[in-house]
Amino acid sequence: MFNVLFEQGSDGRIYLLWLLSGLGWTLSLAVLGWLIAFVVGTIVGVGRTSRNRFIAPASRVYVEVFRNIPVLVQMFLWYFVLPELLPAAIGTWIKQLNPPWGQFFPALLCLSFYTAARVAEQVRAGLEALPAGQREAAAALGLNSRKTYYLVLVPQALRLIVPSLTSEVMGIYKNTSVALTIGLLELTARSRQISEETFQTFAAFAAATIIYLLLALLAYRLMLLIDNKARIPGTAAVQKRTNGLFAQVPNGAG
Amino acid sequence: MTGLDFSVVWENLPYLWSGLQFSLSLTAVGFAAGMVLGIGLALLQHLEVPVGAQLARGYVALIRSIPLILVLFWFFFLVPLIAGALFNRGRPIPIGGIWTAFITFSLFEAAYYSEIIRVGLRSVHKGQYEAAKALSLSTYKTYRLIVLPQVFRVTSPIILSQTIILFQDTSLVYVLSLTDLVGSASKLAQLNGRLIEMYLTVAAIYLAICCTASQCVAYLRSRTQIVTRP
Repeated sequence: MFNVLFEQGSDGRIYLLWLLSGLGWTLSLAVLGWLIAFVVGTIVGVGRTSRNRFIAPASRVYVEVFRNIPVLVQMFLWYFVLPELLPAAIGTWIKQLNPPWGQFFPALLCLSFYTAARVAEQVRAGLEALPAGQREAAAALGLNSRKTYYLVLVPQALRLIVPSLTSEVMGIYKNTSVALTIGLLELTARSRQISEETFQTFAAFAAATIIYLLLALLAYRLMLLIDNKARIPGTAAVQKRTNGLFAQVPNGAG
Repeated sequence: MTGLDFSVVWENLPYLWSGLQFSLSLTAVGFAAGMVLGIGLALLQHLEVPVGAQLARGYVALIRSIPLILVLFWFFFLVPLIAGALFNRGRPIPIGGIWTAFITFSLFEAAYYSEIIRVGLRSVHKGQYEAAKALSLSTYKTYRLIVLPQVFRVTSPIILSQTIILFQDTSLVYVLSLTDLVGSASKLAQLNGRLIEMYLTVAAIYLAICCTASQCVAYLRSRTQIVTRP
């Protein structure tokens, strides 16, 4: 069935290499995007719980804006609209970036900031699940606000929310396919190209599907490993409460 | 950069409205059909129906690990073949993007709703099942009258959140060149060159609708909490 992957494509390379180059773009978007999203999301998540009069509302606005506009529309805003709104010199420079970089960077920014908004909400849930005693103990030790977050609250919150971050990791790696709408030749785009050139639609899509499945399995295993390493001993109950999907379901076992 | 001119948006409001109507009807159908199928998939797993449970688990895992765009491409290719095999003696039936979109969203969202319902089913206290059994209710009546109402109550905020995501995801039918809200805006943008105004307007419309819906989620969350004694 997959013989077609070893035939030569219109650019002289075999189709398997097309898929692999697509996979490369998908992976670099997902991995780099996740790193940025994790850092930005943690900062915004901390901002959500801040008692500062400006930081808290600003973080809220960030989350609402980036969470409530579809990824596709955000992709268009970064790619088509942003260069026009910037000063002409910078805008032209961006538009003249060579492909695929001209598509890669807008896609990366789009996915990072969209996912960051979702990560921020998880981080906030983690911070709010911590007992008040943690903050009070930090205050009693004379730690200032920055040190309280940096040394006490954030490390614990992050360890609590690993399970719910797993679904955000899966989310960003699936959303990488939206980059094909601005012309980045990632995995899904490559498989469609192969199907259009060879008419072997089934084989082309099946190959891409299998790669996505393997990636999902890999990401899931990796997060499970991190969860096992990072879990705070004796906090299974707290973890159940903050499990993202089921934050407010009463605990069955009574 | 020349000045922004939103009058073009104003003039084409009816066209954008027709696009939004398509997005909304796609969301409504995806929600209704997805919920029905999702409850079925969840019950198959919860009741451990032989073969059915494994198939349901495999389907949900498969759909949840591949991107929606790829699923749209799959269905655009497969649905005419399957429909042809069923109704037209093996010759593919050309089915068009619109039907593909409706079918895809129903089947795709079913996987996501079923996960929510499945976790909800697990959260219902064991005593509820035992009490239903003690009253000698049939399995059908146990779920219909006792279990599912409680599941809907605890999961309703999450179901609504998922529906907001569904509404945002309908924008991806752009890859099938359909005229949803984004599709109508991009077609207008190509006609009159007012790309910036068009996409900014669309972003604002989505933001307004989804923010309002998010507020409803917060409200539901506070209303549906079942107060349990410690």
